Amino acid sequence: MTTRIVELRRGILKKNDELAAGLRERYTRAGALVLNLVSSPGTGKTAFLELTLRRLTQAGAKAAALVGDLETDNDARRLAASGAPARQVNTHGICHLDAEMIGKHLDDWAGIEGGVVLEGLDYLFIENVGNLVCPSSYDLGEKIRVALLSVTEGEDKPLKYPTLFNSADAAAITKIDIAEPCGFDRELALHNINEIRPGIRIFETSAKTGAGMDAWLAYLEGQREALRG
Amino acid sequence: MHELSIVESVVDAVTETAAKYPGAKVKSVKLRVGVLAAVVQESLEFCWELATVGTPLAGAALVVNAVPIGLHCAACGRDSEIDGVQSMRCPNCGELAAELLQGRELEIESIEIEEPDSESAGQQVGKSAARA
Repeated sequence: MTTRIVELRRGILKKNDELAAGLRERYTRAGALVLNLVSSPGTGKTAFLELTLRRLTQAGAKAAALVGDLETDNDARRLAASGAPARQVNTHGICHLDAEMIGKHLDDWAGIEGGVVLEGLDYLFIENVGNLVCPSSYDLGEKIRVALLSVTEGEDKPLKYPTLFNSADAAAITKIDIAEPCGFDRELALHNINEIRPGIRIFETSAKTGAGMDAWLAYLEGQREALRG
Repeated sequence: MHELSIVESVVDAVTETAAKYPGAKVKSVKLRVGVLAAVVQESLEFCWELATVGTPLAGAALVVNAVPIGLHCAACGRDSEIDGVQSMRCPNCGELAAELLQGRELEIESIEIEEPDSESAGQQVGKSAARA
């Protein structure tokens, strides 16, 4: 017998990465700013996104959302109440969204009557499955990955789940209206996020009071303008 | 939790490569996994056995090489590797370093295969014959 070493040097998630690169090209051609929202279950992604969609729609922007969950279309119905179209992606047990699912849902959505076409959008939000681990490995072709952290979760979340926070382009702290009763240490949370992702833009928000949403929306508009050059 | 699908991708890629070497047996598969890759080595090893049963890779060893975080420090201009994942600070000057050079790798580096001798012997004979 002869032993031989064969070099492969290939990315394990090469297929997803290639599909994500194709999606990124599609988003750019369509001129749509695409964001991937990631957090633990219960951080308030849906409430945050609902208010974001409502504010954007009221301002005349065309925004839509794809929302991932293992089961139920509850979140899509909640998001659609904002006035923006929303579509549920059920992963049936899979703990993250991947580029293939997004591509398929975008195609299906464009194909139905009254559906959503990427070219008609200013913003597409992808609300990932609530999970701070697995979604960080799967590129969805997004321009901006947003990591969310609520004041109820503990200031050390970024240290416990560094991968996700390190791969994020922006961070949002949610539920700041209840920060005080929760004994939330704001300085420590900001410090921890910054240790893991130095220089990241952090928004402090409340979907209940609307706090911090102006800065968040101004950021979105700036990013979209930058995208369209 | 997604380690099984990661391992399945490895099995598919390695099976495809191994098919180019008929009669060869895959002895081991070497991965490079960054400490920021969100993948747990023990889970990979656990899933590896499950995912390789009944495939040409059954019995092959999985070798996982961890890749530490590498940072470029804008403040002092040096590149360095750091221990752990809790703070992106330059070990030389202590400043936060935003530029990640490595640590997110999730790659198949190489595979070790064992080929039957008859084939290589055949090639040797062929070569000698050509020279003669």
